[in-house]
Amino acid sequence: MSDFISDFWNLYVIVIVAGSILACVALLIIQSKATFTPGKTMGHVWDETLEEYNNPMPQWWSWLFVITVVFAFVYLALYPGLGNFKGVLGWTSVGQHKDEVEKVDATVKPLFNKYLAMDVKAVASDKQAMEMGKNLYLTYCMQCHGADARGAKGFPNLTDSDWLYGGEPEQIKLTLNEGRMGVMPPHAQLGADTVKDLANYVRSLSGLPSDSVRAAKGKEAFAAVGCSGCHGLDAKGMQAIGSPNLTDKVWLYGSSEAVITETINGGRQNKMPAWKEFLGEGKIHVLTAYVYGLSQGK
Amino acid sequence: MIKHEQIEKNVGLLIVLTLLVVLWGGLLEIVPLFFQKSTTTPVEGVKPYDAVRLVGRDVYIREGCFLCHSQMIRPFRAETERYGHYSVAGEFVYDHPFQWGSKRTGPDLHRVGGRYSNEWQRAHLMNPRDVVPESNMPAFAFLANTKAKDSVGADVESKMEVMRSYANARGLPTYTDADIKGAKAAIGDMTEMDVLIAYLQGMGTALSTMKQ
Repeated sequence: MSDFISDFWNLYVIVIVAGSILACVALLIIQSKATFTPGKTMGHVWDETLEEYNNPMPQWWSWLFVITVVFAFVYLALYPGLGNFKGVLGWTSVGQHKDEVEKVDATVKPLFNKYLAMDVKAVASDKQAMEMGKNLYLTYCMQCHGADARGAKGFPNLTDSDWLYGGEPEQIKLTLNEGRMGVMPPHAQLGADTVKDLANYVRSLSGLPSDSVRAAKGKEAFAAVGCSGCHGLDAKGMQAIGSPNLTDKVWLYGSSEAVITETINGGRQNKMPAWKEFLGEGKIHVLTAYVYGLSQGK
Repeated sequence: MIKHEQIEKNVGLLIVLTLLVVLWGGLLEIVPLFFQKSTTTPVEGVKPYDAVRLVGRDVYIREGCFLCHSQMIRPFRAETERYGHYSVAGEFVYDHPFQWGSKRTGPDLHRVGGRYSNEWQRAHLMNPRDVVPESNMPAFAFLANTKAKDSVGADVESKMEVMRSYANARGLPTYTDADIKGAKAAIGDMTEMDVLIAYLQGMGTALSTMKQ
């Protein structure tokens, strides 16, 4: 597509393109009329006896040039190339992309519509839908949650039954559509001693080795300094705000005392991006079912 | 008429004629692009890189990211499904030089802005295999050791002046004096990694919300 700032550039392109082709034609005509003296060399001699003759090109070769000229005219008639002329076919790269998308949509849309009409749990047990879900997952989700969906440090494992924001289809769909923003504020201001107590208490909650004296002090601090505000008095977390359960054996960032201390001191924040606009309803629905299915032991 | 022999025996003439032949294509393929609205007008939402992203872009160039990552989503369904809206010329008017690249060892990055969290970008730059075990991208952990103001940001004001002169020559919106004066303050104590992430997170966002 050309949208020149002035008509001069339209002419400029036409003149150079047409001029170049006509120059080629002229050269072909001149060459076809040239006379050659058989046996006359260009005066170059290499390797004692290797001489350069001035013979006409083979006929088939000349015809190849003629064919390229004909091709150029046909091409310029069909496709955009001559300045503002759009070509008889009206081809554009944008149009080609649109056709391609529409063609695939015609086969894929009915499938997505079929799944949209089904319950997420039913989609999760549909073999074809799960194959589509896997492809979608591997294209859009694996970078953070891993090709095996087991997550990475800071990025949740999707194959277990532990959920930060809930594992019911509605909650998974909400996570995919709107994204999630997880923020744990830093608590270094509590002082190294209290933080160490807290780290020991948190480890004791999931049965990891810990200093029992410090853990007992940590338990008091847990309620006193406000940890329980997000993680709950029982430290089991709250799915409504995505605060993790500290009593299970699932660790998003790591369970060593050093990592827990780092978490308490510096806080943590991470974000799941919102996918609503990018993926659209159909893909989100199938992905919801796929993610739901991952933790159902299928 | 020039004889074959004269061209072959006169290197200067040979060079001039060779250049003419090479330039001929450029006259047609390149020159008209400077005079098209779609290649010279910024797409709505495309703004000059702010100071932080401008120096982040310098880290991108210095580390040779363009050798493995393109910034050019072609109008093919396979690409727009994966990356988002295809790239359009008006998105690159503030890129001097553009970072389209020509080889994808890694994925295209033109619509990477907002695709991952800052924390993902950081973890991934520190060691890509921490988040993507299959990745063969080198780790760039060392970027966290240098303050941007001591390296790429040291001459940020003059870089912005140059960018401004380019934009002025084409009548495009550009930096104000206050932008340039505040550049150092905007970069502050950010590390090279911080500014690179800022650059990545702003990439291609003008059109990313447009569903193909």
